[in-house]
Amino acid sequence: MKPSLAGLPFAPIAGAVPAWRAPVDERAWRAAFEQAKLAGGRLGALWASDDRDRHGGFTVSALLALHEGLACIELGLAAGSTKYPDVSNLFACAGRMQRSAFDLLGVRAVGPSGEPPDARPWLRHGAWSEREFPLRRDFDSASGTPPGRDDYAFVRVEGEGVHEIPVGPVHAGTIEPGHFRFSIVGEKLLRLEERLGYKHKGIEKRFESLSLEDGARLAGRVSGDSTVAYAWAYAMALEGASGTQPDARALMLRALLLERERVANHLGDLGYIGNDCALSFGFAQFWRLKEDVLRANERHFGHRYLMDRIIPGGVACDVDAAAAQALTDDAIRLKEELRTLRRIYYDHTGLQDRCITTGRLAPATAARLGVVGLAARASGHAMDARAYPGFAPYDVLKPKVISHRNGDVAARVVVRFEEAFESLRLQRMILKNLPAGALRVPLPAMDDPAFGIGWVEGWRGEVLVALECGRDGCVRRCHPHDPSWQNWPALEHAVIGNIVPDFPLINKSFNLSYAGADL
Amino acid sequence: MQKILLQIARVGTISEPAPAVDESLRQIAGRLNDHVLRFLGRALAIRHVDAGSCNGCELEIHAGNSPYYNLEGLGIKFVASPRHADLLLVTGPVSRNMAEALRRTYDATPDPKLVVAIGDCGCTGGIFGESYASCGRVANVIPVDVAVPGCPPSPAAILQGILTAVSTGGRSVARGW
Repeated sequence: MKPSLAGLPFAPIAGAVPAWRAPVDERAWRAAFEQAKLAGGRLGALWASDDRDRHGGFTVSALLALHEGLACIELGLAAGSTKYPDVSNLFACAGRMQRSAFDLLGVRAVGPSGEPPDARPWLRHGAWSEREFPLRRDFDSASGTPPGRDDYAFVRVEGEGVHEIPVGPVHAGTIEPGHFRFSIVGEKLLRLEERLGYKHKGIEKRFESLSLEDGARLAGRVSGDSTVAYAWAYAMALEGASGTQPDARALMLRALLLERERVANHLGDLGYIGNDCALSFGFAQFWRLKEDVLRANERHFGHRYLMDRIIPGGVACDVDAAAAQALTDDAIRLKEELRTLRRIYYDHTGLQDRCITTGRLAPATAARLGVVGLAARASGHAMDARAYPGFAPYDVLKPKVISHRNGDVAARVVVRFEEAFESLRLQRMILKNLPAGALRVPLPAMDDPAFGIGWVEGWRGEVLVALECGRDGCVRRCHPHDPSWQNWPALEHAVIGNIVPDFPLINKSFNLSYAGADL
Repeated sequence: MQKILLQIARVGTISEPAPAVDESLRQIAGRLNDHVLRFLGRALAIRHVDAGSCNGCELEIHAGNSPYYNLEGLGIKFVASPRHADLLLVTGPVSRNMAEALRRTYDATPDPKLVVAIGDCGCTGGIFGESYASCGRVANVIPVDVAVPGCPPSPAAILQGILTAVSTGGRSVARGW
């Protein structure tokens, strides 16, 4: 089955997920997005590359998530050209991705008038000049670039009694840095505008100085809370590009690690949601349980967050019979504990009063914004890359996709509880039926250019990795894509009409990654 | 309410003893005098600043607030503003986009103050290093008293770093004020 985008010369991309790529021209670029939109597809990721050494110009690429799988379309710009057609009026989430592509490579998405829909920078603050583009191959990363101007124009809300609250980048708690500009009347939120990019530390440029093998370590540090999902997505991309098939045991162990990451994060979020509702009992209880999971990770896998346990070709850990028994016992115990706490959360009037109808992201808004992952599932969209396309070994495990229609904080609490239960069930299934086999198969020497795609459903949502291998086993271009790109704009919508003191609760219920989207 | 009380009683107290001080983590000796350290060591207000981490170190700072680590029992409290803080706990390589915010946070923290850099990135710049977008280690931007390596360092290691920062190194201090 090929993608249902007519007239494009799709060629399959080898690997664990159904994916194709096709070169397009400017007209076909827009047309592909229009067709994808009509077919109910989503925009997975959009990025640009410096391919002047190959075809004389830059390349803009996009991953479209369709029913059939991922379609990677690549628009090679003519030498000297830095403009391509804007698609943010078709897929709203493209806006920030296009602005980032400009900041890093100097290629501009323009509408029919020839003007960009939003010319403000996104990742570039004052750290480098507006005339320099760090991901161009002739940019010298070591040179201390003179700082550029940093005057960001926020949208101003006017009217009687409207005032602004600027928050961040340094927040009041242990939170990643970002700036939130609230426009309010009394207690009521009229508008939230996010300004992110504070954590931009040049990850994509860094990739290009690493070998394919070392890139795995960096991929695992794009967003620390999703290190397993990133390491797997990177490994999947590299394995596809190199024609490597990991063993069944390694794949099952990867799923075990991914589910342990999911449970640990859901426990932490459930604790903090209790905390933000002034139920500190919930924080203490869930963080006790999370700490138990982390300590078991350290004991059985050698790292509390399972960093660097997934490596290209397989895994760097194993589970023997005694460990399998201990982990199974843990899972059963945790299920019982979770049942007790779920009862308490659901019966707690104060907590429910804070969560129900708060921070509502309506299903239609979620669809329009291209929201993914847990937030999408809590707003009526039952998408989950583990179930569809169902990459191995989830094709065998057949996870149940949890969803809810209300889209409020309470719905995101329910989805977290139910996903944690499902995840524990999957863990027990994996531990009971661990196939024998190699932990790691060696990767062949990679001397020629190749391309691979990784697509993994992490706890927050889908993590995508597009990996272009250069000559001599080096990374030519790697774009790791966090679900937070799509979901941050949804937070701006979910808070409208809520009161300011509910913002931390709503924000926590999404718990998006700053690091993952700032790169 | 009954279920909550039952659960609290069932779990009981699970806090563990605090780790011992490790002087090898100290970067600058004798920056604050022992009198001040003794005072800070009894009721320490910490402001955390994420200057560009992958968010792994934040997970461990959060974990340090779990009931296993009795932070408040040790007199340690996280505060919402640098103006209320005695100690800055800084994570990450310092991204260039955060360098100014980190400097301003440091300046807003009243003297006498301490800085603890957390994680391999905070100590050396880590895998991100120095680049057009990253200033590298925390000490490249503000003075660092204690640096705690690890990717990420465990809650116990972070706590050890904090306790080391306020330790007088076993020197006796004259009382009377």
